[in-house]
Amino acid sequence: MRSFPGSRYALRTVALGYLAVVLALPFSAIVYYTFRDGLGPVWEALTDPLFVSALKLTLIAVGIAVPVNTIFGVACAMALVRRPPKHGTWLINSLIGLPLALSPVVVGLALILVYGEDGWLGGWLVESGFQIIFSTPGIVLATIFVTLPFVVREVVPVLREVGTDQEEVAWTLGASRAQTFRRVTLPAIRWGVAYGVVLTTARALGEYGAVAVVSGRLAGKTETLTLHVDEEYLRFNEVAAYTTSLVLAFLAVLTLVAMNVFKPRTHKEVADVDRRPPGNEAV
Amino acid sequence: MAASLEGGLPAFWDEVTSPAAVAALELTFVASLVVVLVNAITGTLVAWVLIRDDFRGKSVVNAIIDLPFALPTIVAGLTLLAVYGPGSPLGVDVAYTRAAIVVALLFVTLPFVVRAVQPVLLELDREMEEAAASLGARSFTIFRRIVLPNLLPAVLSGAALSFGKAVGEFGSVVLISGNVPLETEVASVHIFKAIESDQPAAAAAVSVVLLVLSFAVLAVADVLERRSRRHDA
Repeated sequence: MRSFPGSRYALRTVALGYLAVVLALPFSAIVYYTFRDGLGPVWEALTDPLFVSALKLTLIAVGIAVPVNTIFGVACAMALVRRPPKHGTWLINSLIGLPLALSPVVVGLALILVYGEDGWLGGWLVESGFQIIFSTPGIVLATIFVTLPFVVREVVPVLREVGTDQEEVAWTLGASRAQTFRRVTLPAIRWGVAYGVVLTTARALGEYGAVAVVSGRLAGKTETLTLHVDEEYLRFNEVAAYTTSLVLAFLAVLTLVAMNVFKPRTHKEVADVDRRPPGNEAV
Repeated sequence: MAASLEGGLPAFWDEVTSPAAVAALELTFVASLVVVLVNAITGTLVAWVLIRDDFRGKSVVNAIIDLPFALPTIVAGLTLLAVYGPGSPLGVDVAYTRAAIVVALLFVTLPFVVRAVQPVLLELDREMEEAAASLGARSFTIFRRIVLPNLLPAVLSGAALSFGKAVGEFGSVVLISGNVPLETEVASVHIFKAIESDQPAAAAAVSVVLLVLSFAVLAVADVLERRSRRHDA
């Protein structure tokens, strides 16, 4: 192919320029605006009891949502791949994919309609002394809902690729189901699970829309880190908003690094290039 | 979602056709379309540069493409407001306009087309392009008649995914759009406000429209994905 060095540099400049304007510049702005007034206000923001309680709540939500969805995800992927139902696989697939296609606000609304005071289950739950919406359980539920698909979607293709040969050998050698799963299947899919866990953690840390709807935003009680960013900004505490943002951005960068560590191992066939955007791999 | 139908179909229709709801849905749809068109072009371009070009730091650039996925949307919104809002270091202030909505959506949907096109471009057989070149075709003709037709299913499937994301986006838009009803209020913000002001029927009605849109887009993406896979084989 005849390629002119001129057009090549032009393409490169346009592509990198676009990425700089849309991606890199806003990202570096977080760092700049956080430290613009020195370290004092940053330290103040990080030791603010509201920040600490938001951090705790986020960690609780992540700490529950990630293990729950990991176990559910692996079990669901095993069921879908190893014992596929005769009918309705497409329905299960679309249901699992639903949280990715839904607006987070709609997810929050759905939870309110079911668990809210006037919701289908909410009245009964409130009478029995459980408050879901506007308290921690609602936030945890919303987080679980939006992060549901990631582990399933990462593990399904890996399970397919691994095949059943080794599992069958283990069975014929007399291993029980549990033993086969623990010693043969699990080691084979571990990188897929790890990648799914990274994606789940990232989304759980960063979820805003669904949580904003169900939290009720009681400062110090039902505020997660992402809600804290918003609240501090609206209270004109810009440094606090940017500092919290920087903490979240730092976690996002850690996620990126982890993604790049695990990705090549799960997607062997295309080396270091993802087949689809994260979290959108077809089941 | 059945709650949206508690008042019967006429009530549902009233909610969906209220001026604020129509304006919000229209704005969401048009902004998402604009974003998808821009993404189709820039995403393909970025993927091309990342696969066919070679320069220092390419692997870092490749890695940060996923940043919008890892970064919480509210953080994205806040930083975009800092760079493209009042007090912008670039002198570009688009805050509280429709342009701001497009900028926010461009940020959060950036990875989709790039990541859909990259693997296809990587596996594309260069011999076809070389054959065309040896027969005297110019680079642009080769791109238009050989590369583009091969990439198209991937571009479209990436575009469909970014459309789905753009239609429902909330966190990155809510700070920068200003949320003026009839002007800069997108559908998800409209739903959010309806929930906050205790009008669940209105919120649910607009949600149903978004839901139908997302499902349609998912179905289209699925078909395109399958077609592009067949193309690979």
